[in-house]
Amino acid sequence: MAPPPATNLTSRPANAPTPRANRDPAWARRLLTSVALAFLAFFLVLPLVAVFAQALAKGGAYFLSAVREPDALAAIRLTLLTVAIVVPANVVFGIAAAWAISKFKFTGKSILTTLIDLPFAVSPVISGLIYVLVFGAQGWLGPWLVAHGVRVIFAVPGIVLATAFVTFPFVARELIPLMQAQGTDEEYSAVTLGASGWQTFWRVTLPNIRWGLLYGVILCNARAMGEFGAVSVVSGHIRGETNTMPLHVEILYNEYNVAGAFAVASLLALLALATLVLKSAVEWRQTRSA
Amino acid sequence: MNLADHPPRRGTNPPSFRTMSSARSSRSILPGFGLSLGFTLAYLGLIVLVPLSAAFLKTAGMGLHAFAAAVASPRVFAAYRLSFGASLAAGFVNMVFGLVVAWVLVRYPFPGRRLVDALVDLPFALPTAVAGIALTSLYSANGWVGRWLAPLGVRVAFTWAGVFVALTFIGLPFVVRTVQPVLAELEPDIEEAASTLGANRLQTVVRILLPQLMPSLLTGFALAFARALGEYGSVVFISGNMPMRTEIVPLLIITKLEQYDYRGATAIAVVMLVSSFVLLLLINLLQKWSRRYHAI
Repeated sequence: MAPPPATNLTSRPANAPTPRANRDPAWARRLLTSVALAFLAFFLVLPLVAVFAQALAKGGAYFLSAVREPDALAAIRLTLLTVAIVVPANVVFGIAAAWAISKFKFTGKSILTTLIDLPFAVSPVISGLIYVLVFGAQGWLGPWLVAHGVRVIFAVPGIVLATAFVTFPFVARELIPLMQAQGTDEEYSAVTLGASGWQTFWRVTLPNIRWGLLYGVILCNARAMGEFGAVSVVSGHIRGETNTMPLHVEILYNEYNVAGAFAVASLLALLALATLVLKSAVEWRQTRSA
Repeated sequence: MNLADHPPRRGTNPPSFRTMSSARSSRSILPGFGLSLGFTLAYLGLIVLVPLSAAFLKTAGMGLHAFAAAVASPRVFAAYRLSFGASLAAGFVNMVFGLVVAWVLVRYPFPGRRLVDALVDLPFALPTAVAGIALTSLYSANGWVGRWLAPLGVRVAFTWAGVFVALTFIGLPFVVRTVQPVLAELEPDIEEAASTLGANRLQTVVRILLPQLMPSLLTGFALAFARALGEYGSVVFISGNMPMRTEIVPLLIITKLEQYDYRGATAIAVVMLVSSFVLLLLINLLQKWSRRYHAI
Protein backbone atom coordinates (compact mmCIF):
# COMPACT_ATOMS: atom_id res chain seq x y z
CA MET A 1 0.00 0.00 0.00
CA ALA A 2 1.34 3.45 -0.87
CA PRO A 3 2.52 5.54 2.05
CA PRO A 4 0.05 8.19 3.11
CA PRO A 5 0.54 11.62 1.50
CA ALA A 6 2.86 13.98 3.36
CA THR A 7 1.04 16.20 5.74
CA ASN A 8 1.02 19.84 4.83
CA LEU A 9 -0.34 22.80 6.67
CA THR A 10 -3.43 23.27 4.53
CA SER A 11 -6.43 21.15 5.41
CA ARG A 12 -6.96 17.98 3.50
CA PRO A 13 -9.65 17.79 0.86
CA ALA A 14 -12.76 16.05 2.05
CA ASN A 15 -12.31 12.89 0.05
CA ALA A 16 -8.63 12.35 0.82
CA PRO A 17 -7.92 9.03 2.53
CA THR A 18 -7.73 9.32 6.30
CA PRO A 19 -4.12 9.49 7.38
CA ARG A 20 -2.91 6.54 9.39
CA ALA A 21 -2.31 8.44 12.59
CA ASN A 22 -5.94 9.35 12.76
CA ARG A 23 -7.40 5.93 12.25
CA ASP A 24 -8.58 3.69 15.00
CA PRO A 25 -8.15 -0.06 14.53
CA ALA A 26 -11.08 -1.72 12.81
CA TRP A 27 -12.08 -3.76 15.85
CA ALA A 28 -12.26 -0.59 17.93
CA ARG A 29 -14.37 1.13 15.30
CA ARG A 30 -16.81 -1.74 15.15
CA LEU A 31 -16.99 -2.04 18.91
CA LEU A 32 -17.57 1.65 19.54
CA THR A 33 -20.12 1.94 16.75
CA SER A 34 -22.05 -1.04 18.10
CA VAL A 35 -21.95 0.31 21.64
CA ALA A 36 -23.14 3.74 20.52
CA LEU A 37 -25.92 2.36 18.34
CA ALA A 38 -27.04 -0.10 21.00
CA PHE A 39 -27.14 2.64 23.60
CA LEU A 40 -29.19 4.89 21.33
CA ALA A 41 -31.49 2.08 20.24
CA PHE A 42 -32.15 1.08 23.82
CA PHE A 43 -32.66 4.54 25.24
CA LEU A 44 -34.17 6.44 22.31
CA VAL A 45 -35.72 4.18 19.75
CA LEU A 46 -37.31 1.71 22.14
CA PRO A 47 -39.44 4.26 24.00
CA LEU A 48 -40.50 5.85 20.72
CA VAL A 49 -41.57 2.52 19.28
CA ALA A 50 -43.34 1.69 22.54
CA VAL A 51 -45.47 4.84 22.25
CA PHE A 52 -46.83 3.90 18.85
CA ALA A 53 -47.18 0.23 19.65
CA GLN A 54 -49.18 0.90 22.80
CA ALA A 55 -51.30 3.50 21.00
CA LEU A 56 -52.42 0.94 18.44
CA ALA A 57 -52.60 -1.94 20.93
CA LYS A 58 -56.38 -1.97 20.89
CA GLY A 59 -56.72 -1.36 17.21
CA GLY A 60 -57.14 1.62 14.97
CA ALA A 61 -60.82 2.18 15.76
CA TYR A 62 -60.09 2.55 19.48
CA PHE A 63 -57.26 4.90 18.62
CA LEU A 64 -59.53 7.15 16.59
CA SER A 65 -62.26 7.14 19.21
CA ALA A 66 -59.78 8.04 21.94
CA VAL A 67 -58.48 10.95 19.91
CA ARG A 68 -61.91 12.21 18.89
CA GLU A 69 -63.43 12.04 22.35
CA PRO A 70 -64.67 15.49 23.51
CA ASP A 71 -62.19 15.92 26.35
CA ALA A 72 -59.32 14.98 24.08
CA LEU A 73 -60.49 17.44 21.43
CA ALA A 74 -60.79 20.14 24.07
CA ALA A 75 -57.25 19.40 25.19
CA ILE A 76 -55.99 19.60 21.61
CA ARG A 77 -57.81 22.91 21.14
CA LEU A 78 -56.35 24.33 24.34
CA THR A 79 -52.84 23.26 23.36
CA LEU A 80 -53.20 24.89 19.96
CA LEU A 81 -54.67 28.05 21.47
CA THR A 82 -51.79 28.30 23.92
CA VAL A 83 -49.26 27.90 21.15
CA ALA A 84 -51.06 30.46 18.98
CA ILE A 85 -50.65 33.05 21.73
CA VAL A 86 -47.29 32.12 23.17
CA VAL A 87 -45.21 31.60 20.04
CA PRO A 88 -45.94 34.96 18.35
CA ALA A 89 -45.45 36.78 21.66
CA ASN A 90 -42.09 35.10 22.15
CA VAL A 91 -41.11 35.82 18.55
CA VAL A 92 -41.74 39.51 19.11
CA PHE A 93 -39.74 39.36 22.33
CA GLY A 94 -36.92 37.46 20.67
CA ILE A 95 -36.65 39.93 17.83
CA ALA A 96 -36.77 42.91 20.17
CA ALA A 97 -34.14 41.46 22.49
CA ALA A 98 -31.87 40.42 19.63
CA TRP A 99 -32.21 43.83 17.98
CA ALA A 100 -31.34 45.66 21.18
CA ILE A 101 -28.42 43.40 22.05
CA SER A 102 -26.85 43.02 18.65
CA LYS A 103 -27.24 46.40 17.05
CA PHE A 104 -26.37 48.69 19.93
CA LYS A 105 -23.75 49.12 22.59
CA PHE A 106 -24.83 49.43 26.20
CA THR A 107 -23.74 48.18 29.58
CA GLY A 108 -25.52 45.28 31.18
CA LYS A 109 -25.69 43.08 28.10
CA SER A 110 -24.36 40.07 29.97
CA ILE A 111 -26.93 40.50 32.72
CA LEU A 112 -29.62 40.71 30.08
CA THR A 113 -28.51 37.56 28.36
CA THR A 114 -28.25 35.74 31.69
CA LEU A 115 -31.81 36.77 32.46
CA ILE A 116 -32.91 35.48 29.09
CA ASP A 117 -31.27 32.14 29.84
CA LEU A 118 -32.91 31.93 33.25
CA PRO A 119 -35.90 29.70 32.41
CA PHE A 120 -33.53 26.97 31.31
CA ALA A 121 -32.13 26.82 34.79
CA VAL A 122 -35.47 26.77 36.59
CA SER A 123 -37.40 23.57 37.12
CA PRO A 124 -40.76 23.54 35.30
CA VAL A 125 -42.61 22.93 38.55
CA ILE A 126 -41.01 26.01 40.08
CA SER A 127 -41.88 27.96 36.93
CA GLY A 128 -45.51 27.20 37.59
CA LEU A 129 -45.22 27.76 41.33
CA ILE A 130 -44.01 31.34 40.97
CA TYR A 131 -47.08 32.22 38.93
CA VAL A 132 -49.31 30.71 41.58
CA LEU A 133 -47.50 32.90 44.11
CA VAL A 134 -48.34 36.01 42.13
CA PHE A 135 -51.73 35.27 40.62
CA GLY A 136 -53.15 32.61 42.93
CA ALA A 137 -55.94 33.30 45.36
CA GLN A 138 -53.44 33.78 48.17
CA GLY A 139 -50.91 35.50 45.94
CA TRP A 140 -49.91 39.09 45.53
CA LEU A 141 -52.62 39.92 43.01
CA GLY A 142 -55.03 37.33 44.40
CA PRO A 143 -57.47 39.60 46.22
CA TRP A 144 -57.59 42.07 43.31
CA LEU A 145 -58.25 39.32 40.79
CA VAL A 146 -60.95 37.71 42.92
CA ALA A 147 -62.63 41.07 43.44
CA HIS A 148 -62.75 41.64 39.69
CA GLY A 149 -63.83 38.12 38.85
CA VAL A 150 -60.70 37.46 36.79
CA ARG A 151 -59.32 33.93 36.99
CA VAL A 152 -55.72 33.47 36.01
CA ILE A 153 -54.58 30.42 37.94
CA PHE A 154 -56.61 27.28 37.26
CA ALA A 155 -57.73 28.89 34.00
CA VAL A 156 -56.39 29.46 30.52
CA PRO A 157 -54.47 32.73 31.17
CA GLY A 158 -52.36 31.00 33.80
CA ILE A 159 -51.50 28.24 31.37
CA VAL A 160 -50.52 30.78 28.73
CA LEU A 161 -48.32 32.72 31.16
CA ALA A 162 -46.53 29.65 32.50
CA THR A 163 -45.92 28.36 28.98
CA ALA A 164 -44.62 31.77 27.92
CA PHE A 165 -42.14 31.75 30.80
CA VAL A 166 -40.79 28.35 29.90
CA THR A 167 -40.47 28.97 26.17
CA PHE A 168 -39.46 32.58 25.66
CA PRO A 169 -35.69 32.01 25.52
CA PHE A 170 -35.78 29.81 22.46
CA VAL A 171 -36.28 32.42 19.77
CA ALA A 172 -34.06 34.97 21.49
CA ARG A 173 -31.20 32.51 21.92
CA GLU A 174 -31.29 31.65 18.24
CA LEU A 175 -31.45 35.24 17.04
CA ILE A 176 -28.93 36.92 19.32
CA PRO A 177 -25.77 35.15 18.13
CA LEU A 178 -27.05 35.18 14.58
CA MET A 179 -27.66 38.91 14.51
CA GLN A 180 -24.43 39.58 16.36
CA ALA A 181 -22.53 37.66 13.73
CA GLN A 182 -24.29 39.52 10.95
CA GLY A 183 -23.31 42.89 12.34
CA THR A 184 -24.81 46.24 11.59
CA ASP A 185 -23.33 47.14 8.22
CA GLU A 186 -26.35 46.35 6.10
CA GLU A 187 -28.69 48.17 8.43
CA TYR A 188 -26.44 51.24 8.47
CA SER A 189 -26.33 51.26 4.71
CA ALA A 190 -30.11 51.09 4.56
CA VAL A 191 -30.51 53.97 6.98
CA THR A 192 -28.01 56.15 5.16
CA LEU A 193 -29.93 55.44 1.98
CA GLY A 194 -33.04 56.81 3.61
CA ALA A 195 -34.91 53.79 4.94
CA SER A 196 -36.98 54.21 8.06
CA GLY A 197 -36.53 51.92 11.04
CA TRP A 198 -39.35 49.61 10.08
CA GLN A 199 -38.30 49.48 6.46
CA THR A 200 -34.79 48.59 7.54
CA PHE A 201 -36.08 45.83 9.74
CA TRP A 202 -38.56 44.33 7.30
CA ARG A 203 -36.50 44.50 4.15
CA VAL A 204 -32.93 44.16 5.38
CA THR A 205 -32.80 42.38 8.73
CA LEU A 206 -35.70 39.99 8.49
CA PRO A 207 -34.59 38.25 5.29
CA ASN A 208 -31.18 37.72 6.81
CA ILE A 209 -32.47 36.10 9.94
CA ARG A 210 -35.34 34.13 8.52
CA TRP A 211 -33.79 30.67 8.92
CA GLY A 212 -32.65 31.35 12.47
CA LEU A 213 -36.09 32.72 13.23
CA LEU A 214 -37.75 29.65 11.79
CA TYR A 215 -35.47 27.40 13.81
CA GLY A 216 -36.32 29.25 16.99
CA VAL A 217 -40.03 29.07 16.20
CA ILE A 218 -39.81 25.31 15.67
CA LEU A 219 -38.09 24.79 19.02
CA CYS A 220 -40.43 27.19 20.82
CA ASN A 221 -43.46 25.49 19.36
CA ALA A 222 -42.29 22.00 20.29
CA ARG A 223 -41.61 23.00 23.86
CA ALA A 224 -44.84 24.98 24.18
CA MET A 225 -46.99 22.10 23.00
CA GLY A 226 -45.24 19.58 25.19
CA GLU A 227 -44.79 21.53 28.41
CA PHE A 228 -46.04 19.49 31.33
CA GLY A 229 -44.59 20.44 34.72
CA ALA A 230 -45.29 24.18 34.68
CA VAL A 231 -48.76 23.79 33.21
CA SER A 232 -49.54 21.01 35.66
CA VAL A 233 -49.06 23.36 38.58
CA VAL A 234 -51.15 26.26 37.27
CA SER A 235 -53.84 24.36 35.50
CA GLY A 236 -56.23 22.86 38.01
CA HIS A 237 -56.68 19.81 35.77
CA ILE A 238 -60.32 20.54 34.99
CA ARG A 239 -61.33 18.08 32.31
CA GLY A 240 -62.50 19.65 29.12
CA GLU A 241 -61.45 23.11 30.24
CA THR A 242 -57.95 23.51 31.56
CA ASN A 243 -56.22 20.42 30.31
CA THR A 244 -53.63 20.61 27.60
CA MET A 245 -52.66 17.51 25.66
CA PRO A 246 -49.85 16.44 28.02
CA LEU A 247 -52.14 16.85 31.01
CA HIS A 248 -54.84 14.86 29.26
CA VAL A 249 -52.32 12.09 28.68
CA GLU A 250 -51.58 12.09 32.39
CA ILE A 251 -55.24 11.88 33.33
CA LEU A 252 -55.93 8.99 30.99
CA TYR A 253 -52.84 7.14 32.18
CA ASN A 254 -53.72 7.56 35.84
CA GLU A 255 -57.17 6.16 35.09
CA TYR A 256 -55.48 3.07 33.65
CA ASN A 257 -56.80 3.92 30.21
CA VAL A 258 -53.38 3.05 28.84
CA ALA A 259 -54.32 2.73 25.19
CA GLY A 260 -56.17 6.04 25.26
CA ALA A 261 -53.27 7.78 26.98
CA PHE A 262 -50.84 6.47 24.40
CA ALA A 263 -53.21 7.42 21.59
CA VAL A 264 -53.04 11.09 22.57
CA ALA A 265 -49.35 10.69 23.38
CA SER A 266 -48.68 9.36 19.90
CA LEU A 267 -49.99 12.61 18.46
CA LEU A 268 -47.43 14.44 20.55
CA ALA A 269 -44.76 11.96 19.47
CA LEU A 270 -45.64 12.63 15.84
CA LEU A 271 -45.23 16.31 16.59
CA ALA A 272 -41.79 15.53 18.04
CA LEU A 273 -40.76 13.64 14.92
CA ALA A 274 -42.04 16.45 12.70
CA THR A 275 -40.02 18.86 14.83
CA LEU A 276 -36.87 16.80 14.31
CA VAL A 277 -37.43 16.66 10.57
CA LEU A 278 -38.08 20.40 10.26
CA LYS A 279 -35.11 21.15 12.51
CA SER A 280 -32.77 19.11 10.33
CA ALA A 281 -34.16 20.69 7.19
CA VAL A 282 -33.61 24.21 8.50
CA GLU A 283 -30.11 23.33 9.73
CA TRP A 284 -29.27 21.99 6.32
CA ARG A 285 -30.62 25.14 4.67
CA GLN A 286 -28.66 27.31 7.07
CA THR A 287 -25.33 25.63 6.42
CA ARG A 288 -26.05 25.79 2.72
CA SER A 289 -26.76 29.51 2.68
CA ALA A 290 -23.97 30.34 5.16
CA MET B 1 -23.28 32.32 28.12
CA ASN B 2 -25.06 29.45 26.50
CA LEU B 3 -26.74 27.43 29.20
CA ALA B 4 -29.34 25.76 27.24
CA ASP B 5 -31.68 22.98 26.53
CA HIS B 6 -30.07 23.38 23.16
CA PRO B 7 -26.33 23.72 23.21
CA PRO B 8 -24.72 25.32 20.19
CA ARG B 9 -25.49 23.44 17.03
CA ARG B 10 -22.59 22.17 15.04
CA GLY B 11 -21.88 24.10 11.90
CA THR B 12 -22.94 27.39 13.41
CA ASN B 13 -20.55 28.14 16.23
CA PRO B 14 -22.18 31.14 17.84
CA PRO B 15 -19.86 33.83 19.18
CA SER B 16 -20.10 34.63 22.84
CA PHE B 17 -22.26 37.42 24.03
CA ARG B 18 -19.34 39.80 24.25
CA THR B 19 -20.21 43.33 23.27
CA MET B 20 -19.10 44.04 19.76
CA SER B 21 -16.12 46.32 19.75
CA SER B 22 -17.01 49.15 17.49
CA ALA B 23 -16.20 52.78 17.29
CA ARG B 24 -19.86 53.67 17.14
CA SER B 25 -21.59 55.05 20.22
CA SER B 26 -24.69 53.42 21.59
CA ARG B 27 -26.77 56.32 20.36
CA SER B 28 -26.24 55.13 16.83
CA ILE B 29 -28.23 56.17 13.81
CA LEU B 30 -30.12 52.88 13.90
CA PRO B 31 -33.55 53.55 15.28
CA GLY B 32 -35.44 51.35 17.66
CA PHE B 33 -33.07 51.17 20.63
CA GLY B 34 -35.52 52.57 23.11
CA LEU B 35 -38.43 50.58 21.79
CA SER B 36 -36.65 47.26 21.59
CA LEU B 37 -34.79 47.54 24.88
CA GLY B 38 -37.85 48.88 26.64
CA PHE B 39 -40.06 46.08 25.41
CA THR B 40 -37.42 43.51 26.27
CA LEU B 41 -37.02 44.77 29.80
CA ALA B 42 -40.76 45.05 30.32
CA TYR B 43 -41.36 41.50 29.09
CA LEU B 44 -38.52 40.15 31.19
CA GLY B 45 -39.65 42.08 34.21
CA LEU B 46 -43.25 40.95 34.03
CA ILE B 47 -42.72 37.37 33.00
CA VAL B 48 -39.50 36.54 34.84
CA LEU B 49 -38.44 38.95 37.53
CA VAL B 50 -41.70 39.69 39.28
CA PRO B 51 -42.76 36.05 39.66
CA LEU B 52 -39.28 34.93 40.70
CA SER B 53 -39.02 37.62 43.31
CA ALA B 54 -42.36 36.49 44.69
CA ALA B 55 -40.73 33.20 45.65
CA PHE B 56 -37.79 34.83 47.38
CA LEU B 57 -39.87 37.46 49.14
CA LYS B 58 -42.31 34.89 50.43
CA THR B 59 -39.46 32.87 51.83
CA ALA B 60 -37.83 35.94 53.30
CA GLY B 61 -40.96 36.54 55.28
CA MET B 62 -40.90 33.08 56.78
CA GLY B 63 -38.28 33.47 59.42
CA LEU B 64 -35.26 31.26 59.84
CA HIS B 65 -36.82 28.56 62.02
CA ALA B 66 -39.78 27.97 59.80
CA PHE B 67 -37.54 27.96 56.76
CA ALA B 68 -35.16 25.43 58.29
CA ALA B 69 -38.05 23.22 59.35
CA ALA B 70 -39.49 23.33 55.85
CA VAL B 71 -36.30 22.50 53.97
CA ALA B 72 -34.58 20.16 56.41
CA SER B 73 -37.18 17.60 57.38
CA PRO B 74 -36.33 13.91 56.78
CA ARG B 75 -38.78 13.63 53.92
CA VAL B 76 -37.25 16.61 52.15
CA PHE B 77 -33.74 15.27 52.71
CA ALA B 78 -34.77 11.95 51.22
CA ALA B 79 -36.08 13.81 48.19
CA TYR B 80 -32.84 15.81 47.88
CA ARG B 81 -30.81 12.60 48.05
CA LEU B 82 -32.87 10.99 45.34
CA SER B 83 -32.95 14.00 43.03
CA PHE B 84 -29.28 14.93 43.36
CA GLY B 85 -28.04 11.34 43.47
CA ALA B 86 -29.99 10.10 40.47
CA SER B 87 -29.12 13.26 38.50
CA LEU B 88 -25.40 12.77 39.21
CA ALA B 89 -25.54 9.11 38.23
CA ALA B 90 -27.46 9.85 35.04
CA GLY B 91 -25.03 12.65 34.24
CA PHE B 92 -22.05 10.31 34.54
CA VAL B 93 -23.61 7.64 32.36
CA ASN B 94 -24.47 10.27 29.77
CA MET B 95 -20.94 11.65 29.95
CA VAL B 96 -19.43 8.26 29.13
CA PHE B 97 -21.91 7.13 26.52
CA GLY B 98 -22.39 10.62 25.14
CA LEU B 99 -18.68 10.77 24.41
CA VAL B 100 -18.87 7.42 22.63
CA VAL B 101 -21.89 8.51 20.60
CA ALA B 102 -20.28 11.83 19.66
CA TRP B 103 -17.05 10.05 18.72
CA VAL B 104 -18.86 7.57 16.52
CA LEU B 105 -21.00 10.24 14.89
CA VAL B 106 -18.03 12.46 14.07
CA ARG B 107 -15.35 9.95 13.16
CA TYR B 108 -16.97 6.82 11.82
CA PRO B 109 -19.14 7.27 8.77
CA PHE B 110 -21.81 4.60 8.59
CA PRO B 111 -25.03 4.31 6.61
CA GLY B 112 -27.83 6.17 8.34
CA ARG B 113 -25.49 8.41 10.30
CA ARG B 114 -27.51 11.53 9.51
CA LEU B 115 -30.69 9.86 10.69
CA VAL B 116 -29.07 8.80 13.95
CA ASP B 117 -27.65 12.28 14.36
CA ALA B 118 -31.08 13.85 14.05
CA LEU B 119 -32.56 11.25 16.38
CA VAL B 120 -30.19 12.24 19.19
CA ASP B 121 -32.30 15.36 19.65
CA LEU B 122 -35.43 13.30 20.38
CA PRO B 123 -35.38 13.91 24.15
CA PHE B 124 -35.41 17.64 23.43
CA ALA B 125 -38.38 17.43 21.12
CA LEU B 126 -40.49 14.77 22.85
CA PRO B 127 -42.89 16.07 25.50
CA THR B 128 -41.82 14.91 28.93
CA ALA B 129 -45.19 13.32 29.75
CA VAL B 130 -44.97 11.14 26.66
CA ALA B 131 -41.46 10.06 27.59
CA GLY B 132 -42.64 9.38 31.11
CA ILE B 133 -45.44 7.01 30.24
CA ALA B 134 -43.39 5.32 27.53
CA LEU B 135 -40.53 4.57 29.93
CA THR B 136 -42.94 3.42 32.63
CA SER B 137 -44.67 0.98 30.33
CA LEU B 138 -41.31 -0.32 29.12
CA TYR B 139 -39.81 -0.95 32.54
CA SER B 140 -42.80 -2.07 34.56
CA ALA B 141 -42.94 -5.72 35.50
CA ASN B 142 -44.78 -6.80 32.36
CA GLY B 143 -43.22 -4.25 30.03
CA TRP B 144 -40.97 -5.05 27.10
CA VAL B 145 -37.82 -4.56 29.19
CA GLY B 146 -39.20 -5.19 32.63
CA ARG B 147 -40.33 -8.70 31.83
CA TRP B 148 -36.70 -9.73 31.22
CA LEU B 149 -35.54 -8.20 34.46
CA ALA B 150 -38.37 -9.41 36.69
CA PRO B 151 -37.20 -13.05 36.87
CA LEU B 152 -33.82 -11.74 37.96
CA GLY B 153 -35.46 -9.91 40.81
CA VAL B 154 -34.56 -6.54 39.34
CA ARG B 155 -37.31 -3.95 39.57
CA VAL B 156 -36.82 -0.74 37.67
CA ALA B 157 -40.21 0.93 37.55
CA PHE B 158 -41.33 2.53 40.81
CA THR B 159 -37.83 2.44 42.26
CA TRP B 160 -34.89 4.83 42.20
CA ALA B 161 -33.56 2.84 39.23
CA GLY B 162 -36.55 4.01 37.22
CA VAL B 163 -35.76 7.59 38.14
CA PHE B 164 -32.19 7.00 36.99
CA VAL B 165 -33.34 5.58 33.64
CA ALA B 166 -35.70 8.48 33.00
CA LEU B 167 -33.02 11.06 33.82
CA THR B 168 -30.56 9.28 31.54
CA PHE B 169 -33.07 9.55 28.73
CA ILE B 170 -33.65 13.27 29.03
CA GLY B 171 -29.98 14.10 29.56
CA LEU B 172 -28.74 12.07 26.62
CA PRO B 173 -28.43 14.84 24.01
CA PHE B 174 -26.54 17.31 26.19
CA VAL B 175 -23.11 15.70 26.25
CA VAL B 176 -23.38 14.59 22.63
CA ARG B 177 -24.23 18.08 21.41
CA THR B 178 -21.53 19.84 23.43
CA VAL B 179 -18.77 17.41 22.46
CA GLN B 180 -19.66 17.02 18.79
CA PRO B 181 -18.58 20.47 17.56
CA VAL B 182 -15.34 20.34 19.52
CA LEU B 183 -14.53 16.90 18.20
CA ALA B 184 -15.36 17.92 14.66
CA GLU B 185 -13.03 20.89 14.83
CA LEU B 186 -10.02 18.93 16.07
CA GLU B 187 -7.24 19.00 13.54
CA PRO B 188 -5.49 15.71 12.83
CA ASP B 189 -2.10 17.42 13.09
CA ILE B 190 -1.75 16.87 16.81
CA GLU B 191 -2.57 13.19 16.54
CA GLU B 192 -0.13 12.79 13.71
CA ALA B 193 2.55 14.56 15.71
CA ALA B 194 1.91 12.27 18.64
CA SER B 195 2.12 9.28 16.37
CA THR B 196 5.44 10.38 14.92
CA LEU B 197 6.74 10.84 18.45
CA GLY B 198 5.95 7.20 19.20
CA ALA B 199 2.58 7.24 20.94
CA ASN B 200 0.27 4.36 20.20
CA ARG B 201 -3.38 4.99 19.47
CA LEU B 202 -4.60 4.51 23.02
CA GLN B 203 -2.00 6.89 24.41
CA THR B 204 -2.91 9.47 21.81
CA VAL B 205 -6.58 9.26 22.63
CA VAL B 206 -6.19 9.30 26.39
CA ARG B 207 -3.38 11.81 26.77
CA ILE B 208 -3.91 14.12 23.82
CA LEU B 209 -7.55 14.08 22.78
CA LEU B 210 -9.37 13.52 26.05
CA PRO B 211 -7.90 16.60 27.77
CA GLN B 212 -9.00 18.69 24.81
CA LEU B 213 -12.49 17.34 25.12
CA MET B 214 -12.68 17.66 28.89
CA PRO B 215 -14.13 21.20 29.05
CA SER B 216 -16.98 20.34 26.68
CA LEU B 217 -17.53 17.01 28.45
CA LEU B 218 -17.87 18.75 31.78
CA THR B 219 -20.13 21.40 30.29
CA GLY B 220 -22.38 18.73 28.87
CA PHE B 221 -22.40 16.92 32.20
CA ALA B 222 -23.33 20.08 34.06
CA LEU B 223 -26.11 20.87 31.58
CA ALA B 224 -27.52 17.35 31.85
CA PHE B 225 -27.26 17.49 35.63
CA ALA B 226 -29.05 20.84 35.81
CA ARG B 227 -31.85 19.61 33.59
CA ALA B 228 -32.19 16.35 35.49
CA LEU B 229 -32.46 18.11 38.85
CA GLY B 230 -35.61 19.94 37.88
CA GLU B 231 -37.14 17.28 35.68
CA TYR B 232 -40.72 16.41 36.48
CA GLY B 233 -42.76 14.98 33.63
CA SER B 234 -40.46 12.17 32.57
CA VAL B 235 -39.84 11.03 36.11
CA VAL B 236 -43.13 11.33 37.91
CA PHE B 237 -44.73 8.36 36.17
CA ILE B 238 -41.90 5.87 36.57
CA SER B 239 -40.83 6.80 40.06
CA GLY B 240 -43.85 5.66 42.04
CA ASN B 241 -43.71 8.78 44.21
CA MET B 242 -43.50 7.09 47.60
CA PRO B 243 -42.43 9.60 50.24
CA MET B 244 -39.00 8.93 51.73
CA ARG B 245 -38.26 6.37 49.01
CA THR B 246 -39.01 7.48 45.46
CA GLU B 247 -40.17 11.05 45.78
CA ILE B 248 -38.26 13.59 43.74
CA VAL B 249 -38.05 17.19 44.84
CA PRO B 250 -40.33 18.68 42.13
CA LEU B 251 -43.04 16.21 43.09
CA LEU B 252 -42.60 17.11 46.75
CA ILE B 253 -43.18 20.74 45.84
CA ILE B 254 -46.40 19.88 44.02
CA THR B 255 -47.60 17.70 46.89
CA LYS B 256 -47.11 20.54 49.33
CA LEU B 257 -48.94 22.89 46.99
CA GLU B 258 -51.89 20.54 46.84
CA GLN B 259 -51.95 20.51 50.62
CA TYR B 260 -51.98 24.33 50.53
CA ASP B 261 -48.62 24.41 52.31
CA TYR B 262 -47.48 27.32 50.13
CA ARG B 263 -44.71 28.31 52.50
CA GLY B 264 -43.19 24.85 52.59
CA ALA B 265 -43.40 24.51 48.83
CA THR B 266 -41.86 27.92 48.26
CA ALA B 267 -39.06 27.26 50.75
CA ILE B 268 -38.05 24.08 48.97
CA ALA B 269 -38.39 25.86 45.62
CA VAL B 270 -35.99 28.57 46.80
CA VAL B 271 -33.40 25.93 47.74
CA MET B 272 -33.71 24.45 44.26
CA LEU B 273 -33.56 27.89 42.65
CA VAL B 274 -30.36 28.72 44.48
CA SER B 275 -28.75 25.45 43.41
CA SER B 276 -29.93 26.09 39.84
CA PHE B 277 -28.33 29.53 39.85
CA VAL B 278 -25.10 28.12 41.24
CA LEU B 279 -25.14 25.53 38.46
CA LEU B 280 -25.86 28.26 35.90
CA LEU B 281 -22.82 30.15 37.12
CA LEU B 282 -20.70 27.01 37.02
CA ILE B 283 -21.79 26.25 33.48
CA ASN B 284 -20.94 29.76 32.34
CA LEU B 285 -17.48 29.41 33.86
CA LEU B 286 -17.03 26.02 32.21
CA GLN B 287 -18.00 27.45 28.86
CA LYS B 288 -15.59 30.35 29.28
CA TRP B 289 -12.86 27.84 30.08
CA SER B 290 -13.82 25.76 27.11
CA ARG B 291 -13.70 28.74 24.78
CA ARG B 292 -10.33 29.88 26.09
CA TYR B 293 -8.95 26.38 25.76
CA HIS B 294 -10.11 26.13 22.24
CA ALA B 295 -8.87 29.51 21.11
CA ILE B 296 -5.31 28.28 21.56
